[in-house]
Amino acid sequence: MSGRAWKFKDNISTDEICPGRYMSLRSNLPELAKHTLEDARKEFPLEVRKGDFVVGGKNFGMGSSREHAPIIIKMCGVRAVLAQSFARIFYRNSINIGLPAIICDTSLISEGDELELDLGKSYVTNLTKGTEILFPKMSKTMEAILQEGGLIPYVEKYGDLLLA
Amino acid sequence: MAGKTLAEKIIGEHAANGSVSSGEVVIVKVDYAFSHDASGPLLINQLSRFKGDAFSGSLNKERTIFFIDHAVPPPTKELSNDQEIVRQFAMGNGLVLSDAGNGICHQVMAEDYAAPGNLIVGTDSHTCTSGGLCAFSTGMGATDIAVAMRLRKTWLRVPETIKVNLEGNAPRGVYAKDMILKALSILGTDGATYKSLEFHGSAIDEMDVYGRLTLANMAVEAGAKTGLIKSDERTRNYLEEFHRVEQWREMASDENAVYESEISFDVSELEPQVALPGSPDNVKPVSQARGAKVNEVFIGSCTNTRIEDMRIVAQIFKNHKKAKGLKLIVTPSSQKVYLGCMREGILDTIIEAGALVTPAGCGVCFGALGGIPADNDVIFSSSNRNFPGRTGNPKAQTYLGSPATAAATAINGCISDPREFL
Repeated sequence: MSGRAWKFKDNISTDEICPGRYMSLRSNLPELAKHTLEDARKEFPLEVRKGDFVVGGKNFGMGSSREHAPIIIKMCGVRAVLAQSFARIFYRNSINIGLPAIICDTSLISEGDELELDLGKSYVTNLTKGTEILFPKMSKTMEAILQEGGLIPYVEKYGDLLLA
Repeated sequence: MAGKTLAEKIIGEHAANGSVSSGEVVIVKVDYAFSHDASGPLLINQLSRFKGDAFSGSLNKERTIFFIDHAVPPPTKELSNDQEIVRQFAMGNGLVLSDAGNGICHQVMAEDYAAPGNLIVGTDSHTCTSGGLCAFSTGMGATDIAVAMRLRKTWLRVPETIKVNLEGNAPRGVYAKDMILKALSILGTDGATYKSLEFHGSAIDEMDVYGRLTLANMAVEAGAKTGLIKSDERTRNYLEEFHRVEQWREMASDENAVYESEISFDVSELEPQVALPGSPDNVKPVSQARGAKVNEVFIGSCTNTRIEDMRIVAQIFKNHKKAKGLKLIVTPSSQKVYLGCMREGILDTIIEAGALVTPAGCGVCFGALGGIPADNDVIFSSSNRNFPGRTGNPKAQTYLGSPATAAATAINGCISDPREFL
């Protein structure tokens, strides 16, 4: 299944992904998700479709540790977030809730490109440009957590944290 | 054999093998795990997904803390309901509750809990503040902290360390906030991603813990996992002031510790620093920003507004009033700071200067309440972040600087050099 690329600039903060002014909606995630990334691109929450990709630049997800940020991106139906690099907490949070966060060369992707992700083989196919973007395998710990669909199912399955 | 950085030493003491080096992924015991009203309901929901009693077994309930600090007092029924979830969960499970008004989690951690050599995790990016007391403390999301509360452990990649050397004596009007803004202008907002910052130099030797907490607090603004400062006599004095000197121990990195890189500057040549709107690494000396018109000043946040900051603010406001039409909002970081301000007459001075003093908490730094700016407002804030929309209105702009620079700016109505009033 392919999806469209939504391009974002470098240094997108979690304040832009999930603004603090909507704090009252944090226990109403479907409503909160209607504001996903609206401070960065107003049309995003209105027009994003299931299977689309969020494509960032450097340091995607910097700032606040709010896990609501990757959660509402996932609730929008986003297949994966691709970026040149991620801020530490956002990266960890994404994997913990089962949203693939992929570090790859996003300069090879343009706005609206049709993309397809093969997590197991570690590449993104750019159907529009007819190219493949390989990405390094994520750490074994992260891979194991993502494989179980997130940290809670992982701990439920193994009963503990294990080093993969 | 290569020596150890502070991060390697503290993580090593909490890992099964006892000795760790940067780059290793390890499972570590957690001394304190905490959350707050902004992430607590999500965390509690994640905990409920586990079968059985979330807090069964030998968990340290007295080291599991829930703070109500982000939206106090609650401005909406939804936030009031969220806080009730957190309050009932903490009390129902016999955990520690730091209720509304008690203060910002990071300030209260530094006053009452964090000690040298601790490993602390919390659902807030500024958890790194306790690094000023030589605790390895780092922010994570709700799911990670839910697991840390349940299992009493977490996994970490042992970070490489960037050594930040601050040499010389800080001149009048220059504080820890100015030093960390200067460091951010060198590192950038992703210059220390996944890394630890370790602060060294004669300026650190001469700096009290309150300033060290400010340095450590903003380590995350460079993307760092934590910011660490040795534990010395000044750390001891601080713990003594908060009646827990028995928790003191001396700690320093080894002479031959291995650092990934170093940055250095001489603080004696520094002038007050200001971050221009948009990003905390967009920093200029006050001489290049002065005169810019400001119509809201916020003195608050976990970065500053400890009692020592408030004394400086009162010194500047003595016999002065805020500029006409400017909104001056002062939010003490904790109840202890608030009471201190009252006892020392600081409250009189800042209220007479025209300040609106709010209860202790995160205030407008977080953008949910406590002085959300109007469209096109320009704020000068003593907080840590000025990303677009951070203070609750994407049509407003925010400058960052020290509480002293904020106070001077409030008097003149435009960005001002605090040395004019000192």
